[in-house]
Amino acid sequence: MSAHSHDIKTWVGRSIRRVEDPALVAGLGRFTGDLPAKRWVRFVRSPVASGRIKSIKAPPGAMVIAMPELAGVKRLRPMLHKFNYVPIEQPILADGVVRFVGEPVAAVVASSEEEAEDIVDLVEVEIEEIAPVVDAKAAIAQGAQAVHGMAPTNVIVEGKVKTGGFDATWAAAAHIVGVEVRSRRQNALPLEPRGGHASYDLATGRVTLTCSTQMPHLMRTVIADLANMPEADLRVIAPDVGGGFGQKMSLPTEYVTLVWLARKLRTSVAWTEDRRENLIACFHSRDQYVTLQGAFDRDGKLLALSADVLANIGAYSCFPTTCAVEPLMAMAEMPGPYTVREYSCHARGVVTNTCPMAPYRGVSRPVITLALERLMDRSAATMGIDPVDLRRRNLVTNFPYTSAMGLVFDDASYLETMELAVEALDIPAFRKRQGEARAQGRYLGLGISTFSERTGYGTPAFAARGMEITPGWEIVELGMDPSGRVEARIGASPHGQGLRTSLAQIIADELGIEPGKVSIIHGDTDRTPYGFGTFASRSAVISGGASLLAARKVRSKLVSIAAHLLEASADDVELVEGVARVKGTDRAIPIEQVARAAYHRAHLFPDLGPGLSESASYDPSGTFSNACHAVILEVDIGTGGVKIERYIVAEDAGRLINPIIAEGQIHGGVAQGIANALYEEIIYDETGNILTTTLADYLPPTSHEIPRIEIFHLKTLTGDTITQAKGLGEGGAIGAPAAIVNAINDALSPFGVSLDEIPVTPQRIHAALETAKETTKRQS
Amino acid sequence: MTKKANITLVINGEKHSLEVEPRRTLADAIREDCGQTGTHIGCEHGVCGACTVLVDDVPARSCLMFAIQANGKRIRTVEGLAENGQMHPLQEAFMEHHGLQCGFCTPGFLMLATGVLEREPDISDEDLVDVLSSNLCRCTGYQNIIKAVRAAAQEMRTGMRSVTRTR
Amino acid sequence: MKPAAFQYHAPKTIDEAVTLIGQVAPEDGRVLAGGQSLVPTMAFRMARPAHLVDINGVAGLDRIGVANGKLSIGACVRHAAFHRPVVEGPLGNLLSFVVRHIAHYPIRTRGTFCGSLAHADPSSEWCLVAATLGAKMTARSTRGTRELAADDFFDWAMTTNLAEDELLVEAHLPLLAPETRFGFYEFSRRAGDYAIAMSLVTYRLHNGVIAAAHVGVGGAEGRARRIAEAEAALNGKIPSAEAFAAAAEAAAAAVDPMEDLQANAKYRRDLVRTVTRRALERAAA
Repeated sequence: MSAHSHDIKTWVGRSIRRVEDPALVAGLGRFTGDLPAKRWVRFVRSPVASGRIKSIKAPPGAMVIAMPELAGVKRLRPMLHKFNYVPIEQPILADGVVRFVGEPVAAVVASSEEEAEDIVDLVEVEIEEIAPVVDAKAAIAQGAQAVHGMAPTNVIVEGKVKTGGFDATWAAAAHIVGVEVRSRRQNALPLEPRGGHASYDLATGRVTLTCSTQMPHLMRTVIADLANMPEADLRVIAPDVGGGFGQKMSLPTEYVTLVWLARKLRTSVAWTEDRRENLIACFHSRDQYVTLQGAFDRDGKLLALSADVLANIGAYSCFPTTCAVEPLMAMAEMPGPYTVREYSCHARGVVTNTCPMAPYRGVSRPVITLALERLMDRSAATMGIDPVDLRRRNLVTNFPYTSAMGLVFDDASYLETMELAVEALDIPAFRKRQGEARAQGRYLGLGISTFSERTGYGTPAFAARGMEITPGWEIVELGMDPSGRVEARIGASPHGQGLRTSLAQIIADELGIEPGKVSIIHGDTDRTPYGFGTFASRSAVISGGASLLAARKVRSKLVSIAAHLLEASADDVELVEGVARVKGTDRAIPIEQVARAAYHRAHLFPDLGPGLSESASYDPSGTFSNACHAVILEVDIGTGGVKIERYIVAEDAGRLINPIIAEGQIHGGVAQGIANALYEEIIYDETGNILTTTLADYLPPTSHEIPRIEIFHLKTLTGDTITQAKGLGEGGAIGAPAAIVNAINDALSPFGVSLDEIPVTPQRIHAALETAKETTKRQS
Repeated sequence: MTKKANITLVINGEKHSLEVEPRRTLADAIREDCGQTGTHIGCEHGVCGACTVLVDDVPARSCLMFAIQANGKRIRTVEGLAENGQMHPLQEAFMEHHGLQCGFCTPGFLMLATGVLEREPDISDEDLVDVLSSNLCRCTGYQNIIKAVRAAAQEMRTGMRSVTRTR
Repeated sequence: MKPAAFQYHAPKTIDEAVTLIGQVAPEDGRVLAGGQSLVPTMAFRMARPAHLVDINGVAGLDRIGVANGKLSIGACVRHAAFHRPVVEGPLGNLLSFVVRHIAHYPIRTRGTFCGSLAHADPSSEWCLVAATLGAKMTARSTRGTRELAADDFFDWAMTTNLAEDELLVEAHLPLLAPETRFGFYEFSRRAGDYAIAMSLVTYRLHNGVIAAAHVGVGGAEGRARRIAEAEAALNGKIPSAEAFAAAAEAAAAAVDPMEDLQANAKYRRDLVRTVTRRALERAAA
């Protein structure tokens, strides 16, 4: 951190208002769909899950583009060099074959959206249907239809790992407890669906693609590649983006079509995804089966974990992470925050005739945490140990800790956050209340989840995955102009995280100026250094770190110049409250004057070079934040309905740059976690037809379903992130399902049910209670 | 395509003469024909509320109305909330209490809250919170939206700004 | 999701409206009132009316009146009109209690009571009210005016027995006797969602025992209806947990529950039992 006197307040740590807000609350945000276009595109999409295209008949006079017309466009072929990954390909428009309901088959171009939709209605696509595979287990069953010729078993990525002492430890265990978890399909459902607007510059032949994305530079590289055009001829702009949550960190093939059309038609071409398309054909997530077993010693020490992960990744592999990201992350991080030394895992990603998957807030971690925390609760019950105590005996407390999979955990507070949450809960008082309620036929439950959250990881971590594209670093270009104002250009791509505000706070502290004098530029590939975008809870850590490093360079130059102007030694000069001052004196000059001198009096500092522009990159190995979620809820056994009474988060993300922004991330993450646990589910029938095509079928929660969240903060400062800030964007979504499911099971423990499937819908609760009743009847 | 109709939409006091097909929704007309893109479209089937505007001072989902139905009616959108460069108490409150992240749902919430608080200034807290369950947000988890609307309601009733948080 | 093209008509009088409807009905013409149910189906292009007759500008359709022991509700009366009781006594209170469960505030400012009836969604609260209280619907066409009792009005899910050229101009609910008790209970997944199952009950007490019980169940079958078996289990009984449980059991046994993404038949049947019992408990409270 910068060297300030103790009595000077820093900007970091303060909940200042966001610079993003005045435009947004005035309705002056600029989202992709706000741009006018000369031509509008709607996609004809496959109505069947699997089949061969026999013919496509367009109405006369209409402009309808199918794959044969898309001259020169390459297929998307995301690549992974490990884990037996099969490099399946995705054509930009269906090429003779359709593999999921909603797959784009043709693009209709017209003068208005209404007209384009009218034409889509009239396009006749004849498809000879093939029997689809819809469920992951069905896809790997003997004799299942292959979705891709090059992957005859439908397994397109497979990882196996086993530590050296596993077998012996397993055999000698005192207790073995298992859980089978089913995580049902999710749609991240950003409120702004996808959209792209490709314009063509007649003078230069360049295309500008304004699109709703979380990674503009990667979009530019891959689209230019696929469209066979020089990357320099493509400019990608991520304007204001209405939420991403991971769904917009993968390449939509539709964006390639738009760029191709703009070049062909030499005019502006736009597509706004509608909600129906987004539900049907925009990346799904988390469709997994996880079987997890734990081997414990007599004292409840978790000695070994055995996991089997089967992920339904849909019909194609997403770019750039590849669809391997869910099963392989599950494999890498399953041991969670516990000190288990022996580990065996078999993880597979399986193709089916469903919509492709892409990461969604937390990726696999919400499912991992659900499995692990259900295992802990069930093991506690089996062994007669208090569930909090069982966790006490197994949480990592000595740092740095290297997991059985080689992940290095930096300083954190897994145990401390759990103790904090437990104290806030007052469990003995709850148990008393729970007993009284049960006597009256009401079922209250309490559940906790503890987890580590991997954040801010750079290229070393991504390189380990064997991806073709190894993201991780971020560059920040930072310059102060002659008037003393700063512009920092970043490769990250925020879409609600308030990064323009929090990075300004970091830079302001370093340079001794107000955040209002710092502008953060992002999203436009013509104006910003190459970067990987915003996802994986990385931007505050990595772009924050790069901002700090770049600001330090500028600071050093300012101090040197000021020292010369003040006739003092550089060591005695500080930048604070808008001035450069000789420490302990009142000899000071405004920073603007120093900046002016850097440009207009450069001859006085020949060894420093002119101007005030610096660049820095940051590529950390990563840092783990942590939290404990605790939930008290009530299950209405008459309806199966669940009402959350109390929701506590005790979290530690190190230094919070802007606390109110940090808490907002937790609120939003928990809300999506509650949705995952109780409400949201993408449902297919056995023919691969998607049944949840409206927001009356797929159920994002309203404010009525989300309780007030009480947040407690701890602050563990580690050197693994130079700003001492850890990431925290995903934690809310990671911990919530486990805590809620544990609480439901606690509420229903008198009935002997075990619910391990999310979402835990009222119907599933009802079915579990019915099954328990039948079992009791049969036994009596 | 059907024959277009000539209509006039009065948006935030300004008249817009348009030629639109009857099927043109009010949301699309406001955004594309009148260039007021602050009103957003999140679902087009009346569930998310991002498209909420005031029609004759009543909150309405503009994706569920046709522009032709709003001919001659007084429409207010988020662009008209601030007056003479001064933000509406609701806008101030959303900024103060971090009631927005990506900002996509925000105009819909602002117009919903404005309409309800103008029509029922003495609405109970319980009813106010219930009204806020009308619209969807994916970023904030609603907590700060509720906080912001409560604070603004207080100010709109009493004319007193609620205590600003320490920064 | 833009609707398919249609021709738009905006009559100013009932006669004009009815004439227009008569003309365009054979060419798939529909009535546009609140639009809160119709327009989403048009956005999905599940409905593609070639003509829309917008009755929002028709004079006199937004009247609520009380006469001859009945509450009359015009075709353009919005759900929001019922937020505060529109008539003194149990009926007004019943309607303002039920209306809070209908969708959300901005939908209620536009959607109409009669529009819900004409739409005939099995999960519509107003359809349950109409069926349970014995509403009468007045339909008008160029051929004349007729009244349909609720039992004759509702056909099955999303269909009524209105002729294609008929406009539902008014619905009439019988006023409830001042001592009538009512209870309504609905179960849905989220605030404002359609009911997965709901029950509306009314009864009077005569010498301490239940009389004139009406037990309506909605959201469970293709149409909301009164369950005679449940009413029989209540009439003549003292209000008690046992009587209510028996009535709820009778209702659960009597229904033939529909199945959808939210509920299979068994679960829905059990929900009917729960919502009926809880509606009765609310009536007795």
